[in-house]
Amino acid sequence: MADHAVVADDEVDLSRRKFLTTATIATGAVGVAFAAVPFIESWNPSERARAQGAPVELDLSKLDAGQMTTVVWRRSPIYVVRRTPDMVARIAGHDAELKDPTSQYSVQPPYASNTLRSRTEEFLVLVGTCTHLGCLPKQRFAQGELYPSWPGGFFCPCHGSRFDLAGRVFNGSPASINLRVPPYSYPNPRTLLVGVDEKGAA
Amino acid sequence: MAVKTASGAPAPLPAAITAPPASKGFWAWLNKRLPVDEFISTQMTGYLAPKNFNIWYFFGSLALAVLVLQLLSGIYLTMFYKVGEATSFDSVEYIMREVDYGWLIRYLHSTGASAFFIVVYLHMYRALLYGSYRPPRELLWLIGMLVYLALMAEAFMGYVLPWGNMSFWGAQVIVNLFGTIPGIGPGLVEWIRGDYGIADATLNRFFALHVALLPLALLLLVVLHLTALHQVGSNNPDGIEIKDKLGRDGKPLDGIPFHPYYTVKDLFGVGVFAVLFAIVVFFVPTLGGLFLESPNFEPANPLSTPEHIAPVWYFTPYYAILRAVPDQRLGALLMLLAVSAFLFLPWLDGSPVKSMRYKGWMSRTALALFTVSFIALGYLGLQPAEGLYVVLARIFTAIYFLFFLLMPFYTRLDPVKPVPERVTFHAH
Repeated sequence: MADHAVVADDEVDLSRRKFLTTATIATGAVGVAFAAVPFIESWNPSERARAQGAPVELDLSKLDAGQMTTVVWRRSPIYVVRRTPDMVARIAGHDAELKDPTSQYSVQPPYASNTLRSRTEEFLVLVGTCTHLGCLPKQRFAQGELYPSWPGGFFCPCHGSRFDLAGRVFNGSPASINLRVPPYSYPNPRTLLVGVDEKGAA
Repeated sequence: MAVKTASGAPAPLPAAITAPPASKGFWAWLNKRLPVDEFISTQMTGYLAPKNFNIWYFFGSLALAVLVLQLLSGIYLTMFYKVGEATSFDSVEYIMREVDYGWLIRYLHSTGASAFFIVVYLHMYRALLYGSYRPPRELLWLIGMLVYLALMAEAFMGYVLPWGNMSFWGAQVIVNLFGTIPGIGPGLVEWIRGDYGIADATLNRFFALHVALLPLALLLLVVLHLTALHQVGSNNPDGIEIKDKLGRDGKPLDGIPFHPYYTVKDLFGVGVFAVLFAIVVFFVPTLGGLFLESPNFEPANPLSTPEHIAPVWYFTPYYAILRAVPDQRLGALLMLLAVSAFLFLPWLDGSPVKSMRYKGWMSRTALALFTVSFIALGYLGLQPAEGLYVVLARIFTAIYFLFFLLMPFYTRLDPVKPVPERVTFHAH
């Protein structure tokens, strides 16, 4: 037989006991952490939710100049505006009133990181949820619709955030960044594909 | 004990308290296996509460009564409710129109949610009045705050379940608050929702949390709250410790057995409460949009925001604080601080006395201003965030936080009054 150290009842090796207790607790804690993984991961979007988040297509020829339509991509409304040259002109001239005129702090793909926040002058594609708390900003495209110097844009009825015709947020709005731009591309000149661009599907 | 006879001498104890435990029969058999008698004698008939409780001391037992009501009505609602984007709204309408007495069970539950917050807010206010959060009751107060936080989560998720348009947009606004956390925010929001927007997956998990996890957590916390209460003993309107004045029997001179004295008093409170509660349930279940908001009678529509999003009244003070700040991250942070500020009360209050009865004009003015601010913010949170409303919300937000921030100073500078040796009590 291997030689076991014989320890009398009154000579308990406390440091050994403490080491074993600590080791047991530590091992148990690691086990609990691993066991928690599946429960935490189960809250991620499921395969089905991911599949339903596939890109969506829009036929642009059905959209008249000056009009806006909404498509749903990944449960978010996507605003698509066909801007008239007059609307494009009204995007300039109020940079001083904007929080992030050059979209430095805002969320958009690189090709929308310009003044007009779009790939082309004509079409504006935005995620139509307010960057404040997710309400839907309403279209207020007419000049002076909100107040005399209003250049046209979007107004959120929930908490009063205001955005111009490029989705850039005005000073004094609770939203701190511009309306987001989703990844999008034009497979052909009359079709818009939301959710996919040169980098592939989002 | 504290019951005075005509001559002023203490009356003998009621027989039930001193009766020796039965030694024979079913009761004795039971008690050998389950400490029923021991529990009653230590926690009910032997738990000595101050004899000078006033009307403010009804709200703890009322909160317990409402908890029971919510558990019972909630269990019955789950028998008819069908969770799911496509079924939730219709199943609530089915309960309201086609299930026998379904409307009553549903209105009991929805009115119960508001009633819960009314009694909990009054219960907390009592603690502010009489310094019930002061040592040795700090932990009791902290556990109570956890009950309040769990209740807020429970109420929020419960409001999402009918899947009305306000359910949807309320969930949208609240869940997006987590998106303001730097770095992990966007990923966290997606994880909470389980989809790229508030969706079926979100509704389904909120249901699970609302009917299983949070009620279990609430029950556990309530048990801990009561255990901590019975360990340190109840405070009272004078804010003095009855354990400091013991009689010859070693028991507090100003303590009376919780049962039968306060069980009877609390039952009376439950009776009065039930009358008021029934009036709301039967005559004004929506309370003009305060208890159930009108947009929630339309199904959830992700493409149509209600003209004006406001939470149910019990969240509006915090909502007003959120909207008072132009920066969303700071707004969310202030909202969080406004809720959690109460946690620090035991360490902010440096007054030599506990009760408002003996605090001076500084503490009284501070509490009065805070009370006005809380109510005003509650009103402003229901109004659109524009013009004068925003200015007022900012002023009251400032007062709200100054109440806490300046507390260490004004409670110490305050000219306090002398505290009596014994509790103030006038026999009726």
